Amino acid sequence: MVDLASALSEAASSGAIRVEEAGLCGMVTIRGDLTDATFTDAVQAATGIRAPAERGMERVGANALLWMSPDELMLTCDHDAAGDLVGKLESALAGQHHLAVNVSDARAVFRLSGDDGAVRDTLAKLTPADMSVGACPVGAVRRTRLAQAAAAFWFEAEGEAMVVCFRSAAGYVFELLKTASASGAEPGYFAGD
Amino acid sequence: MLILTCPYCGVACDETELAPGGEAHLKRFGPGSTDEEFEGYLFQRENPRGVHFERWRHAYGCGKWFHAARDTVTMEVFGTYSAQVTEPPEEIRAKISAKHPGWSWREFS
Repeated sequence: MVDLASALSEAASSGAIRVEEAGLCGMVTIRGDLTDATFTDAVQAATGIRAPAERGMERVGANALLWMSPDELMLTCDHDAAGDLVGKLESALAGQHHLAVNVSDARAVFRLSGDDGAVRDTLAKLTPADMSVGACPVGAVRRTRLAQAAAAFWFEAEGEAMVVCFRSAAGYVFELLKTASASGAEPGYFAGD
Repeated sequence: MLILTCPYCGVACDETELAPGGEAHLKRFGPGSTDEEFEGYLFQRENPRGVHFERWRHAYGCGKWFHAARDTVTMEVFGTYSAQVTEPPEEIRAKISAKHPGWSWREFS
């Protein structure tokens, strides 16, 4: 039996906000024509989640579908459920032009939690994306960069953001988030937002 | 700082999230063309002071190529549009005409 391990063994830091590696997370890349109802219906049949709107996400229990691009969705789930879900997607999408791949171990996931303004301040130090509530509300997915690494993030709830990056950049991104959220370095820009 | 809105995913991208793709609307000249045409296709580029059309790729996002029309002097962005066209759409041209009556760029005006 192989001992599965996430990139940073659930490393964590507590500064202005709490930054923790989320451990083993399941992730499936789904590609196809999102404007085609037969494709989105098949994805819904396999996952039980309807396709999210542009830049949005839909969550049902432990699973969520995230909008990644006009022809790509990402399914997040429990790590040990990813394989079965790929099988379900493959059979539901049989005959259609599609791609469904288990990419769980290619990624690292971080959970940022704390004061909503402080979480937004932390991300705003690292990304050119507008982190105001209006531009990045709860449930909106933003693919961008954190300093020099590609990343995507979304707010699960007020004061709780999830960050996904490539596993090879996990150490770099964790250090970035840790430094950006260090105590005593809070800009307080989004404090009253 | 240049901010372009990706026409495919609607994200207002910072320049640093994009990869530049050079001049827009180049017509390819390959086998069978004259030396002058091939040279023009390979090397001759516009370098305008004013209205310009460019290709960009949303590299740190949805990954799609798109077109942008902007002013190289004021950095004003007239608009972004699909990569699947061979000339600037009418609405973009109208926006440019409102600011720069009588503008021209290559064969477009």
